[in-house]
Amino acid sequence: MSILINKNTRVITQGITGKTGQFHTEKCQEYANGKYCFAAGVNPKKAGESIFEIPIYGTVREATAQTGATVSVIYVPPPGAAAAIWEAVEADLDLVICITEGIPVRDMLEVRSRMKAKVAAGGKETLLLGPNCPGLITPDEIKIGIMPGHIHRKGRIGVVSRSGTLTYESVAQLTEIGLGQSSAVGIGGDPINGLKHRDVMELFNDDPDTDAVIMIGEIGGPDEADAALWCKTHMKKPVVGFIAGVTAPAGKRMGHAGALISGGADTADAKLAIMEECGFKVTRNPSEMAKLLKSLL
Amino acid sequence: MKIHEYQGKELLKRFGVVVPRGFFCQSVDDAVKAAQALGGKVWVVKAQIHAGGRGKGGGVKVAKSLDEVRQYAQQILGMQLVTHQTGPEGQKVRRLLIEEGADIRKEYYVAVLTDRRTQKVAVMASSEGGMDIEEVAHSTPEKIITVFVDPADGLSDAQATGLASGIGIPAASQAKAVTALKGLYACYMETDAALAEINPLILEGNGDIKALDAKFNFDDNALYRIPEIFAFRDLDEEDPNEIEASKFGLAYISLDGNIGCLVNGAGLAMATMDVIKLFGGEPANFLDVGGGATTEKVTEAFKIMLKNTNVKGILVNIFGGIMKCDTIANGVIAAVRETHLNVPLVVRMKGTNEELGTKLLKESGLPIISADTMADAAAKIVAAVQ
Repeated sequence: MSILINKNTRVITQGITGKTGQFHTEKCQEYANGKYCFAAGVNPKKAGESIFEIPIYGTVREATAQTGATVSVIYVPPPGAAAAIWEAVEADLDLVICITEGIPVRDMLEVRSRMKAKVAAGGKETLLLGPNCPGLITPDEIKIGIMPGHIHRKGRIGVVSRSGTLTYESVAQLTEIGLGQSSAVGIGGDPINGLKHRDVMELFNDDPDTDAVIMIGEIGGPDEADAALWCKTHMKKPVVGFIAGVTAPAGKRMGHAGALISGGADTADAKLAIMEECGFKVTRNPSEMAKLLKSLL
Repeated sequence: MKIHEYQGKELLKRFGVVVPRGFFCQSVDDAVKAAQALGGKVWVVKAQIHAGGRGKGGGVKVAKSLDEVRQYAQQILGMQLVTHQTGPEGQKVRRLLIEEGADIRKEYYVAVLTDRRTQKVAVMASSEGGMDIEEVAHSTPEKIITVFVDPADGLSDAQATGLASGIGIPAASQAKAVTALKGLYACYMETDAALAEINPLILEGNGDIKALDAKFNFDDNALYRIPEIFAFRDLDEEDPNEIEASKFGLAYISLDGNIGCLVNGAGLAMATMDVIKLFGGEPANFLDVGGGATTEKVTEAFKIMLKNTNVKGILVNIFGGIMKCDTIANGVIAAVRETHLNVPLVVRMKGTNEELGTKLLKESGLPIISADTMADAAAKIVAAVQ
């Protein structure tokens, strides 16, 4: 088992014909069961064509009808990315993974509002991962996104992070000391996004094949604290926590659109304190994440 | 992206928020002419810099005669204005706003921003205007009222009226306050703002509601579609190194320490700064080279870091995913040669083609110190700069 995706997941790639979409689709196809998983692409101008033997359809609805795919991954450039998310939601997919970096916040606010209104009106809920995220991977089964596949090993540790390269860092540490991963999930660095730390922690908690979790956060926003408070009463598995940005000055945006200290409760120190209070084992040394986790097993 | 107060007021005016009459000036003579044109007996001379806390730093003066306007304009133009947001070196004042005086009866606070938890637009208001709102939030949080607005609905009359009465705006002026709040909200949404704040919003003796200040911050991701806002950009207010870096797609922020860091990924870059500090060092910058670092990008990154004369050593920390370690190694070697690097350099590379990258560095004959883990890298660079 794993969370969200596995070797039987069928995926539609939105933005498959762009440079980034092509590059990563090929890598994803080469990974584990990718040849089977990557079932369709979408581009209204190239419907009927194919790329890497993947058929291209004009719309997401048509792609899902023809292939039975229930998940999509988006590489569409920022100006059209929110519309691409909405198209996937309207086609009633289970999960949409938006890799695109640089989507205007207002577009995300609007699409999230529409997604909630759809569910409130009795429509099917589509989960969103990202935007501005590396995607997610279930090692040896399927990789959806831009992470380097070869650093992962199949195993029983869950990883969830806002930062792409910090996810890779922790995965590589785990693999190096012989701990494989059940799934590794990048939720992205934008202020308005889909799945949050808390949502992914719930999924790992319920996954019988996950024994422990590394949760990585950053300065800015309430998400890590919300997740920690949820874990305090619900989480049955050990969690190692790390927050990047102890040295980040207030008021300066650290690369990610969401990495900005605004309140005072969203500093790295404040988040680490809450996480510790809620039963996480926290470390201030990002080199020690995997070792610390191993000590808890 | 931030803009000046006078530009913010121009925007507010377009959205129906009343602001004092005023003129933007760049010379003392123009300041006096502006005061003459405004008429009246009281003027406010306001330094225009992007940082807040200008009043306390001596950048805002009330003049009661044209001579005083001249005197204050002379004092303020060209001064290094130091506020709690500028750092100890301050920010040079190059622009002034000359405004008519206001008849302030009461000061309020209003702001619009995006709330991450509800994924809605938060409109905040407080009876405690003119103060540092973070201080108010800390000591008397009950004095701040917030409503959350679904962007599909917009700020309703009922919500705006609730805010206006909630912060104690007299009944006779509430309609004017509602206009101001709705104008501020519309301005926030239509200009892709990340923060729109009026502090203070004032009640005048005649019952008018006016914005005495305007602070805006815009979503950098949206700048491509708001050219009229982008035109407000003032490069004098930004760190020249950060501007230079952005031309090459590098996210760079100067800090106070002496260890330059070059990293891929924002989270890993912050973590690298943290681990340097953990081992007793101080980072000189945040620098994210992003996903597709080329030799040119790495060379530019080195040049930008080295412009900071405090830099006594450099730590490169790369997690090669899509970007291969041998590509980065070649970039680092080229950068070291081109910049004639004469401070210690520690390189830590992980991921794709790691062995090949390490081998290239070793064979280059350059004095590059290799490190295995982030902690190892931090320990080595901290030792090297001491």
